[in-house]
Amino acid sequence: MAAAATEYGVKGSPETEHPRKAVGWAARDHSGVLSPFPFSRRNNGDCDVTIKILFCGICHSDLHSIKNEWKNTIFPIIPGTRTTCCKIFHVYLLYDPFAAGDLLSKVVLWTLFALYYSGYSFLREPEHKHEIVGIITEVGCNVQKFKVGDKAGVGCMVNSCHSCNSCKQGFENYCPRMILTYNSIDTDGTKTFGGFSDMIVVNEHFVIQFPENLPLDKGAPLLCAGITVYSPMKYFGLNEAGKHLGVVGLGGLGHVAVKFGKALGMKVTVISSSQRKEKEAIERLGADFFVVSSNTEQMKAAMGTMDGIIDTVSADHSLMPLLLLLKAHGKMIMIGLPEKPLELPVFPLVGGGKMVAGSCIGGIKDTQEMIDFAGKNDITAEIELIGMDYVNKAMERLVNADVKYRFVIDIANSLTAA
Amino acid sequence: MEQSNMAYGLAATDATGVLSPFSFPLRVKGGDDIILKILYCGICHSDLSTIKNEWGNAIYPVVPGHEIVGAVTEVGHNVQKFKVGDKVGIGYFISSCLSCDNCKQDSENYCPQLVTTFNSSYPDGTPTYGGFSDKLVVNEHFAVKIPTKLPLDKVAPLLCAGIAVYNPLKEHGLNEPGKHLGVVGLGGLGHLAVRFAKAFGVKVTVISTSPEKEKEAIEKLGADSFVVSRDPEQMKAAMGTMDGILDTIAADHSLMPLFALLKTRGKLIALAGMTKPTELSLYPIMAGGKILAGSMIGGMKDIQEMLSFAEEHNITAEVEVIGMDDVNIAMERLQMGEKRKRFGKRQFNVAKSNQGSS
Repeated sequence: MAAAATEYGVKGSPETEHPRKAVGWAARDHSGVLSPFPFSRRNNGDCDVTIKILFCGICHSDLHSIKNEWKNTIFPIIPGTRTTCCKIFHVYLLYDPFAAGDLLSKVVLWTLFALYYSGYSFLREPEHKHEIVGIITEVGCNVQKFKVGDKAGVGCMVNSCHSCNSCKQGFENYCPRMILTYNSIDTDGTKTFGGFSDMIVVNEHFVIQFPENLPLDKGAPLLCAGITVYSPMKYFGLNEAGKHLGVVGLGGLGHVAVKFGKALGMKVTVISSSQRKEKEAIERLGADFFVVSSNTEQMKAAMGTMDGIIDTVSADHSLMPLLLLLKAHGKMIMIGLPEKPLELPVFPLVGGGKMVAGSCIGGIKDTQEMIDFAGKNDITAEIELIGMDYVNKAMERLVNADVKYRFVIDIANSLTAA
Repeated sequence: MEQSNMAYGLAATDATGVLSPFSFPLRVKGGDDIILKILYCGICHSDLSTIKNEWGNAIYPVVPGHEIVGAVTEVGHNVQKFKVGDKVGIGYFISSCLSCDNCKQDSENYCPQLVTTFNSSYPDGTPTYGGFSDKLVVNEHFAVKIPTKLPLDKVAPLLCAGIAVYNPLKEHGLNEPGKHLGVVGLGGLGHLAVRFAKAFGVKVTVISTSPEKEKEAIEKLGADSFVVSRDPEQMKAAMGTMDGILDTIAADHSLMPLFALLKTRGKLIALAGMTKPTELSLYPIMAGGKILAGSMIGGMKDIQEMLSFAEEHNITAEVEVIGMDDVNIAMERLQMGEKRKRFGKRQFNVAKSNQGSS
């Protein structure tokens, strides 16, 4: 990647900023096309482990990054711009772009809005890849949890502040200084690179012990998709046997939600726009019912029946019909990543004491709990295993949701040096 | 015989909302029912919205009023809770199925077969007429005892506004000492939210469009701080500081600036239903694990508990007592208060029944 002086902090290019050579695949411009990319990793510190990466899942948020609609040609793009954009935008969250009266205000606010969202896919940064599994090859002298040879996983986070309330309560995912596995600026000022690479060095706190019986390739997606559904199901009490869970969307997140729901003894209804997914939902994934969202009769029959709904859909969609499916006090948890704001009618919430909540991955403790639960109940993701050279094609297919239900890259057997 | 079964009140007959004298037959008293002489009735924004058919559900003639305080004059032979002379209160609903999960879990307010105190009908088709009248027949289950220490005129609004704020504070853990609550709007609901929250030991910030309300919020109601929502500096300083926010504003408004005031995992509780859907930018909500919940009054058990708490902490509403003759003017003032985005003096008027002795 062309390395401007400001892009990679003060330490030089990706290849030289750290002492250990690494190879990966990166997107070098906003075409999103990935290609071989030499870079470097830090030395293994006292609390770190080094993982030889065997598999890495591809998540829809990676697709948002690579195929972002917001044009990043508006501003020059520098590392940390995402963080800066977030800060700018958070101030302007005080203002509602939709309510801005004059044209100038609208332009300013919408530009900032665009900048904020473009920050997420920003620079087509390399390796938004964060469903990493592998084998421990080195442990620091203070490492307690792991030894060489252990199977381990890394999800979306590699660091956090360890001192805020969120961190202390085990919700590192909500730490304001949380550092993502990719496309973040780490505490040493260098950018983090993700799992489309041969190895990674991570603080042991953020590494997950992988159950022996869980296959690494099928378990990899749980490190993001799994925790993303498990965490809100637990936090909002949608994990109790006998309760009725609705799952909207049957993709990477949705299919895992169905599996967890059934393993927890819940009744599960899949709500989908595609009738053709019914057989799979019921027969393969074990859902109890299937409702086609455009079928008014089916939706009407399901009204007021669900204790909770996990909405995994990223596309723009109507929330009102889903709110009506909830019982009084029902909870709708939004974990999809729609690019545009959604319209939310407030009256049904008031009239039924219902809630809509956002949720973003989960803390490390919950991630470990989730993986252990998956191991105990033989829950894995449904995957399509691919080689690294198929990754660009996989991204295109992901746009069309043409995968059941997660691509996982066989890194160890297909990653080649640049 | 028929005359003594008649009640007298004020009804709106069309969407002008103008109230005029109206007499109607009382529901026949059953074994579980009490009859009360109505002494006071609060005027709530929902009364106004209903008589003007803003929600499209008015069944004219509408006798509004659902913050009712009265004295028991008759009891059915099965009645256990009350005796003649007791002071009782009736809130927003007067019947429910008592058999669904919501009813069994003391959330009658969410019963799908809820019968509201006014503008509704019982399963047998008998219409319900509300508290802008002289008498009411009600199943004892749906009446609460008014604590003796609380003045009747000032306690009437608690039967709707009070429970409307008390219930979500309790349900969402915003009643724990040390927590920080934002209260948006300083009207009938908002001022009671401040009082209840302070009594719980919660830190309270009032968020309002009107700087002139600050003195009242801090000095009279006891709020800890006041933020003018149109002031970006004040809003910025308050970002990420609140465990929860009670939003009492019915007028259409954006929720995103309020979400920014919440801490991670904070809760925004909407108490008033906006007519238009609101735009929800999901990423800030997801990134902070934040919640938007709705809440509508509360169940009978919670209403009684709320009144006990109010007695213990001497919480009453700020009221302006008026006569039935002035109720149309009061409705206009309530309407104007909304249109001009001015809350001003408590628009919480209590009308005293003056329809002669019963």
